[in-house]
Amino acid sequence: MTLLKVEHLAVDLVRDGKRYGLVRDVSLDVPAGGTLAVVGESGSGKSLTALAIMGLLPSELSISSGTIRFNGQEVPDLSPRQMRGLRGGDIAMIFQEPMTSLNPVLTIGRQLTEGMRLKLGLDRAQARARAIDLLAEVGIAEPERRLKEYPHQFSGGMRQRVMIAIALSCNPKLILADEPTTALDVTIQAQILTLLSRLCKDHDVGLVLITHNLGIVARHADRVSVMYGGRVVEEGAARAVFAAPAHPYTVGLLNSVPRLDLPRDRALTPIDGQPPDPMEIVHGCRFHPRCSRATERCAQEVPPLAPHGETAVACWHPVAQTVAAAQ
Amino acid sequence: MTARALLEVDGLHVRFPMRSGLMQRVTGAVHAVSGVDFTIPRGEAYGLVGESGCGKTTVARAVLQLVRPSAGTIRFDGADLTAMSARELAPFRRRVQAIFQDPFSSLNPRMTAGDILAEPIRVHRLVPQPEIAERVGHLLDLCGLPRRFVELYPHEMSGGQRQRVGIARALAMEPDLIVCDEAVSALDVSVQAQIINLLADLRRELGLTYLFIGHDLSVVRHLCDQVAVMYLGRIMERAESEPLFATPAHPYTRALLDAVPDPDPEHEAGREVEPLQGEVPSPSAPPPGCVFHPRCPVAIDRCRQEEPALASVGSRREAACWLAEPKPRRDTSIKKQEVSL
Repeated sequence: MTLLKVEHLAVDLVRDGKRYGLVRDVSLDVPAGGTLAVVGESGSGKSLTALAIMGLLPSELSISSGTIRFNGQEVPDLSPRQMRGLRGGDIAMIFQEPMTSLNPVLTIGRQLTEGMRLKLGLDRAQARARAIDLLAEVGIAEPERRLKEYPHQFSGGMRQRVMIAIALSCNPKLILADEPTTALDVTIQAQILTLLSRLCKDHDVGLVLITHNLGIVARHADRVSVMYGGRVVEEGAARAVFAAPAHPYTVGLLNSVPRLDLPRDRALTPIDGQPPDPMEIVHGCRFHPRCSRATERCAQEVPPLAPHGETAVACWHPVAQTVAAAQ
Repeated sequence: MTARALLEVDGLHVRFPMRSGLMQRVTGAVHAVSGVDFTIPRGEAYGLVGESGCGKTTVARAVLQLVRPSAGTIRFDGADLTAMSARELAPFRRRVQAIFQDPFSSLNPRMTAGDILAEPIRVHRLVPQPEIAERVGHLLDLCGLPRRFVELYPHEMSGGQRQRVGIARALAMEPDLIVCDEAVSALDVSVQAQIINLLADLRRELGLTYLFIGHDLSVVRHLCDQVAVMYLGRIMERAESEPLFATPAHPYTRALLDAVPDPDPEHEAGREVEPLQGEVPSPSAPPPGCVFHPRCPVAIDRCRQEEPALASVGSRREAACWLAEPKPRRDTSIKKQEVSL
């Protein structure tokens, strides 16, 4: 069953009377309890897509078209009051930097119980009991004592565990995690993502994992949407996309990362040029200035996301599956 | 290692005093680096890897003479830098250059790329005045930037382009050793590979030596000939890149490698990964015995009492562990089919 369905989402920035399309024609599908990774570089629109779903776009930005359906409801149609009920309730969000998303002057206990008292209607004692259980569940030792502490008394990894506990506190159906481990060391990153994946499976929570790390996608996601320049350029089951990438950008990404599972002397093939400036207008496919397969048509017409073998790809000249599937 | 050593770090200790109270009395010390030794032969790239707080950046800062070591020696091309006065150090400062993580904060926002590159050449009188412009142009060529960049300010460039200017500025001094501190960490994936390849090409063409500090193991493996793995101010294991990553001998090295997910869902699905428990202890109160023992999955009683020293665990490789034993991590020799464009 589809939990979250985003269709043809467009987000615009209006500045000095000019309109810039930062997100274009983005469609995403998250089944209940499934994990979708949204992968892309800075400026690809992956974080804006998440903020649009949460109704948290900065005031300069707005949704100009498209639909977001969550659990059968049209999200953009909800009143601010209903939206507040949804945020932190059925949909929870985890950000990259837990220090900036936790309030430094409130105890962890206060921040963890606030949502439960408001949204679940628990009294002080019930909320506290549940907070202790949640902290224990996310692997924080001595939860009773730590409830009284402040964010600065926690390490980065522990703060992110607290964020996961807060996200889970009101029994969400969906968690949006935007680069949840980018600021953390690699062993802590592995702890946090393993924990988050396990808890989402245990509680049947859908997870949207926004990341730039292809390894994290491979380890934790069922499906993946690759974004570039505000659009989804390739989408499919993670296994299919990694085994037979069809968009030249996806292929380029995979060929440009150094990998521990391939011989050390393997040459890296970078993608030429720079990621596009979101404010700059590029006609046709946004990847064409960096693409070795680009033709005249790529510079003029935007390719739609269309089925191609086991994945869907937005490219006029996708990489042939016969070559790609040789593995 | 027949080549002559360019950099020899021996018994390096760096302690920072901790002050507290109204009088700011010294009440303790953070032992950021405790007894680190390594040698970089001329023309090689040496990697220091580890998590935050392991002391890798402090080692880099000591090599750059930005912090004074509490003990130990740093010999550069045979001369002990730690024994020198500021005046004596000056010629060495030119020969040891640095590239930092964030090119935006390490470039002066009010100077054009041309000025940024010309200044060190002028100050050190590396070429006669009329030839400076040509030299700057040549540096831009070397780093893959169009010559029109002399006119541009840092804010007019992308992150990758700024990092190229940072590299060109280091090269302007005609250094022997470049300390790269997380030099590619802040870049987008598609641009990171460009800079990695640039660093590798420059080393080959100019015969440079690198001390490469990084937390991304796959980048360090790709760029470095030898690698030392640090934890809480100490070297846990050091070896040539190939054996270190193929058959890690220290449980910490193995845990670090296991923590890195590979971009291959088939392979990841079959991997049993038990993340390392706990977090890095404070360097102001390191655990007794082996500093890694509280997190080590195989620790025995001896590890809790005696600190192991680096000891040979095979040809030209050492590990500081009572139970060290090179074990294959997984088969990395399989040539996977890669899709090409």
